[in-house]
Parts: sequence; structure tokens; C-alpha cells
Amino acid sequence: MKGAEIRYDGDFTWPSDDVSRVPFRVYTDPAIHAREQVRIFRGPTWNFLCLECELPNPGDYKTTFIGDTPVLAVRDEDGAINAMVNRCAHKGAQVCYKPRGNVSELTCIYHNWVYDLRGNLTGVAFGRGVAGKGGLTDDFDHAQHGLEWLRVEVFRGLVFATFSEQTPTFADYIGAELVGCIDRVFIRPLRVLGYHSQVLPNNWKLYAENNKDSYHASLLHVFHNTFGVVRPTMGGGVRISDNGWHHLSYTERVPVDDDEIGKEKVRSLQEEYRLEDASLMEHKLELGDTVTNSIQTVFPTLVIQQILNALAVRQLVPRGPDRAELMWTVLGFEDDDDELLELRLKVNNLVGPAGLVSMEDGFAGGLVQRAAAADPDASTVMPMGGKSIEPSEGSRVTEAAVRGFWKGWRECMGV
Amino acid sequence: MVTPSASVEHEIALESRIQALHTDYVHCIDDDRLEEWPGFFTEAGRYRVITRENHELGLPVCLIYCDGRGMLADRISAMRTANVFEPHTYCHIVGAARVLESAGAEHRVRSNFTVTRTMSDGAMSTFACGRYLDRMVDDAGHLKLAERTVVLDSRRIDTLLVIPL
Repeated sequence: MKGAEIRYDGDFTWPSDDVSRVPFRVYTDPAIHAREQVRIFRGPTWNFLCLECELPNPGDYKTTFIGDTPVLAVRDEDGAINAMVNRCAHKGAQVCYKPRGNVSELTCIYHNWVYDLRGNLTGVAFGRGVAGKGGLTDDFDHAQHGLEWLRVEVFRGLVFATFSEQTPTFADYIGAELVGCIDRVFIRPLRVLGYHSQVLPNNWKLYAENNKDSYHASLLHVFHNTFGVVRPTMGGGVRISDNGWHHLSYTERVPVDDDEIGKEKVRSLQEEYRLEDASLMEHKLELGDTVTNSIQTVFPTLVIQQILNALAVRQLVPRGPDRAELMWTVLGFEDDDDELLELRLKVNNLVGPAGLVSMEDGFAGGLVQRAAAADPDASTVMPMGGKSIEPSEGSRVTEAAVRGFWKGWRECMGV
Repeated sequence: MVTPSASVEHEIALESRIQALHTDYVHCIDDDRLEEWPGFFTEAGRYRVITRENHELGLPVCLIYCDGRGMLADRISAMRTANVFEPHTYCHIVGAARVLESAGAEHRVRSNFTVTRTMSDGAMSTFACGRYLDRMVDDAGHLKLAERTVVLDSRRIDTLLVIPL
């Protein structure tokens, strides 16, 4: 539970007294990126590693990243999931170099240093030398050379880790209201339906903001409007944790009376464009409500998505200041029947890197990234819904949750 | 002079028809005649773009999954009218086809491909490479795709995938 302090050479201070303006520098400055590694990713935050169902057996492991840091999650012989920095204590090589696998112990291939599934160093090749010569000296203490470990919490089948002793329990971290929103979606044991990732030509925070920005959805993503599949009778809102860090934005189908249904039909008939096959918009209500879209974020980098029957978690991994990778894990429930599975596969056409509704998100962030570089001291402005980070019921035309993200970012970064 | 047997002649004829389908298919996409693209499939034709990782793990999720010409046509009309993206073009190169199995009018065929993407500012990159796993059927003298599974070697898509592969 350590993490060397990286010296911060930047002279950055937040330029105003609120979070409705964000200086472009935060998207481009390598010094800020370096500070984020310490203050956010190794700071008091819970970071998503994998799903519990991806590690069913002892020895199952999965590798991923928290910020720039390679980490691994592994299930031990007692059934606990442990997380460690995926870096040998000896020369710093990645110990596990495959995305997933099953091992009885963790062996670095470089010089055969061996760790148990809790990260304790158990063996060093040639530790006693050869023929009485070479090897470790007597003062070498194996206990001092384990893998760097992280605190782990498994919450509703999601595995999170934190470097910090200061991070509260996960439930306290996101707050009771947003715990309820996770409970709403993950109602049965999960099953992974697939993986893919989307390389975003922009700083990770531009995508983090995009998810909190419910205001852009109907403007950038016009698939729904174009094909007349947005009903005028949609409700929805934005919920924000008390500290502003985490959020949920949702839309729901509001029950309509006969008169309104009539109007909807008229509206649909007037549409110029129609889908030839609308089966990818079918929605089987399975969560006990009429919510059609729910996008939930856990600061800093996790998104939990329900779009109709398309369930997924998206993990955002920074790849330097000007790139990020969005790792999608597409989900269903263990007991899905063939019909529901087929429905999920079709609805997934709407999301992901080729998503009919959401493919633009990578492109939009890239447009900001390109234009931001020239003027690090100029700022964005986010006036929708004022300057507050108050939640909003009934409207998604607000940037409150984005401002909440920046509040969290400033608190972690100390700027 | 040795006369080729009837079966060899049949095989050569089939291979040249497969090559014609591949060529017409990729030229249609690369020349931006995408409205013609659904016509390479049978009425109930299936088109899937899946990562090699999912394919090998037996996981069903696809990046694109179209079940029938209607969904194929919708992909194109969405691209033309709704989706927003930076203009770009593809150049497909398809390797030699191998007929894995042939039964009557139905053929299972595998071919490798690469796609180079060129953006409007001139930036070029290898956007995708992988395999076409096809089920082709004879349809009134023409080969059509009853199923095309595009298996992408990489799990990563750069920015977005809107033009079909």
C-alpha cells in the first residue's frame, strides 16, 4: 500500500472560483497527467478491475490498468479476490502478460521470481546460488519484496480496488441513492457476453465528462430523432451524489393516455426516414420499471450502462494525456434464455464503437482535443443549469453532473 | 494434353465466382456505393462484425449484428442521415479465398482481408484486418452472402466503425 510521490512540476492553479469553466490545459498537460496518477488513480478512489464472474476459480486472473498502472486481479485458494500492481518486485517486469488466465502461483518469466496468489514472494530462482556461489545474501527478506497490493471490494459482482487507506467503503463512496441504482440493474448473477474496446483520440476526462453530460445526447446522437423512435412522452432526470463525484442520468417511458398515443402516431408518420427493421429497438422490460436508458458513473472512470436490454460496464483507461481506451464488457444475466440473448445482441447495435446511437462520442472528444492544444489557458464554459451541482428531476438539459466531476477532480488533485 | 476433370473445372469456376463476389463487394464499399451493399446478401442474410477475442472465447457479442437485408439497409441509411463522423474512405484488400466446404449450392469460404483507412486530412492507417468467414449460396446464377462473419484480429476500434467492412 505504497506509491511513490511523483514530483509535480506544473504551476497549475484552477482559474476561477467554481467548476463551470475548465481550462484546456487539463486535457493536454503531461504534468497534470502525472499528478493524476498519484492524486486520483492512487488517491481515495475506487477503480473498476473486472467482474467477479470472470474469476470463477482459484488461480483465475485478469489484468487491467488503473490509470497508467498495470494491475491484476486474482482469486486465491480461499476464494478471495486480491489485487496487486502487475509489476515484479525485482526488475519491474509485468508478471502476468496475458489478458486472463489461470495459474497456481504468479511467476515472473524474466528471472523466475515466484509469488503466491496474495502477492507474497515465495521463491527466487538461484536464490541460494549455484554450487555455493552467488545468490541472495542472508539479509534478503522475502517479506519485503512482495507485489504491491491494493484494497479490494467486490460490490454486486463488480470488483473494485483502491490504493488508498482513506477511501471509504464502496457503498459510502457512491452513497445510498446510487447504490440503489446499481441494485436496480444487477438483479441476477451476471454473465459476460463479450469484450471490445474503443480508442478515443482524446484525454480520458473528455469522455468522463461526456458520460455526465446528458445535455449532448439528443443533439450529437440524432439516430433516435431521425428515425422517429424518440417518443415525446419520455421522462427522466439526473441524480448526483452529495459530493458531486458520481451520477446517474436516465430516461423512462412515461405511461401515456390514448390521446397522446394518437399524437405519437401522427408524429411517426411524418418522419421522413423509417427503419426497415426496428427489431433492434425492441425492449423487454426486465428490471421492474420502464427506464429505457440509464447511464451511471463511478468517479473516476467507470460507466454502468443499461440501454434498453443492452447492459455493459465501460472502463476508461488513460493512454497518455491525449488518448484513452474505453474497455467495454458487455453483459447479460446467467439465466438469460435464447430469446433474451438475441434481443441483447441486436440492441447492442446501438452502442459501442459501431453503435448507431453513440458512435459519435469518440469523434466529439477528439474535436475538443485537437482544438484545445493551442490555448491551454483558455477555458470551456458550462452554463447549462447554472453553476450548481444539484440533481435535476424531469430534465436532462443540465451540465450539473459534469461540474460535479470537476469538483471531484479538483478535490483529489488539490488544485 | 491433359483435359481438366469436370470437378476441377467446377472448382475453378466456383473460385472465380467467389473472387468476383469479393471484388464487387469491396469495390462497392470502397467506392461509396453503399446503398448497393445489402444486395450482396440474401434476403435473410446475416452480417456480423466480431472481435477475434470474442470469437475464440465463444462469446456472442458483435460490434455490428445485422439479421436480414432490412437491418443492413438501416445501417446505411443511419450512416447517411444520422451518424456524425469525420469523412474517410477505405481500401480493402482481400486475400485468396479458400473453400472450406461445398455442398450443392452452398459454400463455406474463408478469406483474409485488410482495410486501410484514409481520413479527409490525409492521415492513413491500417484500420482493420482479419477474416471473412462466409456462407455463400447460389442465387439465380449469382453468389450471395447468406452469412458473413467479419472476425477482427484486434479488439480495438480506433474512434468509431461506421462504414461496413
